[in-house]
Amino acid sequence: MSAISKDEVIRVAALARVALSEEEVARLAGELDAVASSFARVNSVVTADLPATSHPVPLANVMREDKPGPTLDVEELLAGAPAAEDSAFLVPRILGEDAAS
Amino acid sequence: MNNFARSEIATASGDSLIRSTAAQQAAALAAGDISSRELTRLHLDRIAAVDGAVGAFLDVDAEKALAAADAADAARRRAAEADESLPELTGVPTAVKDLIVTRGQVTTAASKILEGWVPPYDATLVKNLRAAHLPILGKTNLDEFAMGGSTEHSAFGRTANPWDLGRIPGGSSGGSAAAVGAFEAPVAVGTDTGGSIRQPAAVTGTVGVKPTYGTVSRFGVIAMASSLDTPGPMARTVLDAALLHDVIGSYDPLDSTSLPDAPRGMADVVRAAQAGVDLTGLRVGVIAELDGGEGYQRDVVDSFHQALGLLEEAGAAVQTVSLPHLEYALDAYYLIMPAEASSNLARYDGMRYGLRVEPAEGPVTADRVMAATRGAGFGDEVKRRIILGTHVLSAGYYDAYYGSAQKVRTLVQRDFAAAWQQADVLVSPTAPVTAYRFGEKDDPLAMYKLDVTTIPANLAGVPAMSLPSGLSGDGLPVGFQILAPQRADDRLYRAGAVLEQMLENKWGGRLLAQAPELEVQ
Repeated sequence: MSAISKDEVIRVAALARVALSEEEVARLAGELDAVASSFARVNSVVTADLPATSHPVPLANVMREDKPGPTLDVEELLAGAPAAEDSAFLVPRILGEDAAS
Repeated sequence: MNNFARSEIATASGDSLIRSTAAQQAAALAAGDISSRELTRLHLDRIAAVDGAVGAFLDVDAEKALAAADAADAARRRAAEADESLPELTGVPTAVKDLIVTRGQVTTAASKILEGWVPPYDATLVKNLRAAHLPILGKTNLDEFAMGGSTEHSAFGRTANPWDLGRIPGGSSGGSAAAVGAFEAPVAVGTDTGGSIRQPAAVTGTVGVKPTYGTVSRFGVIAMASSLDTPGPMARTVLDAALLHDVIGSYDPLDSTSLPDAPRGMADVVRAAQAGVDLTGLRVGVIAELDGGEGYQRDVVDSFHQALGLLEEAGAAVQTVSLPHLEYALDAYYLIMPAEASSNLARYDGMRYGLRVEPAEGPVTADRVMAATRGAGFGDEVKRRIILGTHVLSAGYYDAYYGSAQKVRTLVQRDFAAAWQQADVLVSPTAPVTAYRFGEKDDPLAMYKLDVTTIPANLAGVPAMSLPSGLSGDGLPVGFQILAPQRADDRLYRAGAVLEQMLENKWGGRLLAQAPELEVQ
């Protein structure tokens, strides 16, 4: 099983959009390597033909009639937003400076 | 039925009433000996007196609780006039884990990323509590996003164990367990992803139940690992847990995993069991893989075996049952849980609610704001699980980690299916050790390993209960775990009620009566 190195922590933190300090990267690499190596034992007991179980109960899609009903109050909803304007969430720009130019 | 006459309430300043059970409090309300407003006020006073030391609550809203109590009193008056019946717990206050959203009341999941967030809607189970008129005293502390087994991993300070303020109350529902154990709330709601109701119940001398997955709605329960999370009742007695279970459990079209025909009438099962105290014909299977060994405290195992003796005395047939793949259950859980958590926690992006932090330098774009927000808003344990979860789901590792873990889940479920051929209920100690001191388990792997006894029930979606079986040599509570097949929650309540009654006869009262007095401020 591949080890969780500092580089892997940096790669995964970027994927997960979590800014980490250098100290956090070093600490997590050590801890997660121990955790992942320990739990990699699952490989030793399973076979290719064994079905995977994602859920303890059978799942069925939940459908309802497509008709208008009460919705959340817009003002109440936006009250919890970091920034709002004209009944809408105000968010940072999606594209970076390079992409925007 | 009702042990509390009005004069007693006056002379004892309500102390005996708040130390009674929810069922006794409900009886006092039904008899008109006390109003819900008075009862709620007594609990708010108790919180004010002891919670500085216990730290069970993150938020207490006395005004809302008293308004709900007034509504409960009005509902009782209306029902009396119309000769209608009400839910038994009408007017009995409760506490709710702060992982569960409450409209108009701060909900944080004990995380800085949600600090101060006021939800615009109620969780379905909270709607059920409100419909049954249980005033919500406040929101209880937890490990951040329910990640932890000690309530040390809250962004807003730790909760202490009422039995010893230097020790952990278990987790992640440690606030709910401590509130019930410290007589701040008669009942409370928790959530259980890998044991987060049962283990805190065990270490605080209380009763906790993880119902069958899908029988209590997860709508409005802040998601950690969706295929494992299960809300449930925490209480001082098996009957109280049953009464709360009957209130919060319901089919919910807003939760795609909700089961349409959830088991009902748990309180009736308990009362019938208490009347008979007989388990003749019940086949009890002791889980061989969870019956002591490395990592188990000796007196925890001794307490477990003494309780087994009582089950036999009540007529149960006790035998050992092996679930051979349980040795891989912990491994599978700690791959599945962070994988699901990393996906669920992607919604904390600093855009629509909660914290927003701009990067210290460079352009202010959405992805950079998201990374800065999550870096600043999440605590160590949450970051650890998000990084691990993203790693095990990423290309090249998916099959080896997450895929294999899902297959182990199949093996564990097959083990349980085979075990139910031999036994009606399965039993084990709830936790391998009693409450440890703060800071004693700072190694993540060591902490994770303590969940070995509780995790199998979550992987299989089966119901499980923890009830007190006695005290260890160091005077701390020990928990006894009972598991049943999916939808057979009634078996937990039947066996639990009989065992509880036999233990209380032996002790001459409830175990919680032996808890040390908390210094009242």
